[in-house]
Amino acid sequence: MIATPGRENFAERVRKGATGGRAGGALDALQSLFHRRVGDILLKVITGAIAGGALAAMLAILIFLLRDSWPSILYNGWHFVTTLTWNIGSLYSRTLSHHNGATAASGAAFGIVPFIVGTMLSSLIAVILAIPLAVALALLLVEYLPARIGDSLSFVVEMLAGVPSVVLGLWGIAVLIPWIGHDFGPFLSHWLGWIPFFKGPIGSGQGLLASGLILTVMITPIIAASTRDVLRQTPRETKDGALALGLTRWEVIRGVSLPWASSGIFGAVVLGLGRALGETMAVLMVSGSAANYLPQNIYSPIGTMAATIVSQLDSAMTDPTGMAVHALAEVALVLFLISVVVNVPARLLLSAAARRGGSEAQ
Amino acid sequence: MTWRYIKDRLMLILASALGLILVIPIVGMIWLVVSRALPALNFQLFTQVTVGTGGGLANAIVGTFYIVGLGLLIAAPLGIAAGVFLGEIAPTSRFSAMVRFTTDVLAGVPSIVIGYFGYVTMVLGLGWGFSTLAGAIALALIGIPYVVRSTEIALSKVPRGMREASMALGANLTTTVWRVSLRSAAPGVLTGVLLALSLAIGETAPLLYTAGWSSYMPSFALTHSPIGYLTYVVWTFINEPFASANALAYAAGFLLLVFIVLVNVIARSLIKRATVHS
Repeated sequence: MIATPGRENFAERVRKGATGGRAGGALDALQSLFHRRVGDILLKVITGAIAGGALAAMLAILIFLLRDSWPSILYNGWHFVTTLTWNIGSLYSRTLSHHNGATAASGAAFGIVPFIVGTMLSSLIAVILAIPLAVALALLLVEYLPARIGDSLSFVVEMLAGVPSVVLGLWGIAVLIPWIGHDFGPFLSHWLGWIPFFKGPIGSGQGLLASGLILTVMITPIIAASTRDVLRQTPRETKDGALALGLTRWEVIRGVSLPWASSGIFGAVVLGLGRALGETMAVLMVSGSAANYLPQNIYSPIGTMAATIVSQLDSAMTDPTGMAVHALAEVALVLFLISVVVNVPARLLLSAAARRGGSEAQ
Repeated sequence: MTWRYIKDRLMLILASALGLILVIPIVGMIWLVVSRALPALNFQLFTQVTVGTGGGLANAIVGTFYIVGLGLLIAAPLGIAAGVFLGEIAPTSRFSAMVRFTTDVLAGVPSIVIGYFGYVTMVLGLGWGFSTLAGAIALALIGIPYVVRSTEIALSKVPRGMREASMALGANLTTTVWRVSLRSAAPGVLTGVLLALSLAIGETAPLLYTAGWSSYMPSFALTHSPIGYLTYVVWTFINEPFASANALAYAAGFLLLVFIVLVNVIARSLIKRATVHS
């Protein structure tokens, strides 16, 4: 502790008093009071400062990403989010491209529309598929299965949410991609080819569909775990009352649990969406890392924002003007902003659901 | 049997069927990794470092534990302290509400963004280069929100009477927090730390940008020296055209799964113990 001179004197006096003075007892008491107070104040200040660190970290991420992407923001302007071409320019040319006071390699242009579209579409597929799976899983865990089995299964679901994305990527490469390329893709194209995006060519199996499916596997346990927590908050009395009136289990779910939990489930889904938007490795391993064009059908190779930040780093670092790395920083900035925009309402909905559960329980 | 009851049965069957769909990829993945990794598992995995696209995983295993351990050493005290503030010192203040919300949003920030932030600030900004410390701090940033949240929740479950009894006996806030609240919340707090640990073990993207990669045994240098880790092996070696490299990727994936299951089982037994006690 860095004590002020006044405090030091006080502490000194108390110490001296405690070791020798006639009024030792009283001073002892004073000393212990002092220590207790200082300890408590220190505890409050230190933990408070650390807690405030979360705000600082959030702000620091924003500031540093903004600072590092500033040259790219100047150079690309709105074209960054409205054009298709990602081209770090000719690194061997003697001339450089200048725009708005920023310098890049000759002919460089950075547009991330294909990455935004790839991110959105793969996440959309994942969310559409994950909602029924996750809600069914959560209903099984909370409403249908006996508590004992439900508990063990809950543990398995939570563990699934923790499977490393690269390990899931291994399965994607070895099993999912060949299956889409040889079996599932032709099957879909044959039977659903009349729907615009489902018609082939199918290609190798790497692409939008593979990314969407692997994201489904990743976010279903996450959505299911949050949905389970929300469903558990459904007031017991209302459910029991409904059952006692002769309603079937499904009618109770339909009429009581789901309406009661709907906003919380929506929050859980948006939370899963946030995870899907930012997932990097598993998608990188199965997406085919495309750039510069929009997906033609659901089998097309795609690139997502997160995957691009990894896949483009090596080539970006060869750009002597540094603009390519700044452009990647801007991709990270856009991804950060999207994740905040998605997570804020999700968290608000989930905490509102939790509060409602808490107040009804009391 | 009326239509209502048939419908009820049908819905149960539908829910079970949907639940089972998820089992297919999960069992498939475990089967794939285990069956491909078993032939590659041998003693030299643990004794040799990676050489080219073959060799062992000693450097990656030690590196994973080193980065993750250091990350936890940073994340645990900070996360617990923040959790104590939110759960114990100022649970209802406006500031706490703000922190709580920010922590939740921080947990949702993609790990690659955290990685890029670490790259800009530590690898380039502070000039550490790809290094253990940069990787550990990035992992800590990812893990802290989970530690904060579980600490706060565990503390909120400590009965109010215990705190009041402690205060009534003359203990100050510090002693009460340390000896009473945190002690009875310990299993919950530890669960949060283990959750952060299991997340950190499986992270790849942020480490690519902060820890780099090295096929040498990790040195104890915190900065200016890249370090290897298991997830990197999985990602890079599966794309190599050599069977030895692919086998190593599966072996690394297998080890990751084993570590994560172990951590989760330990966490689970802690929760059980905590509920038995209370």
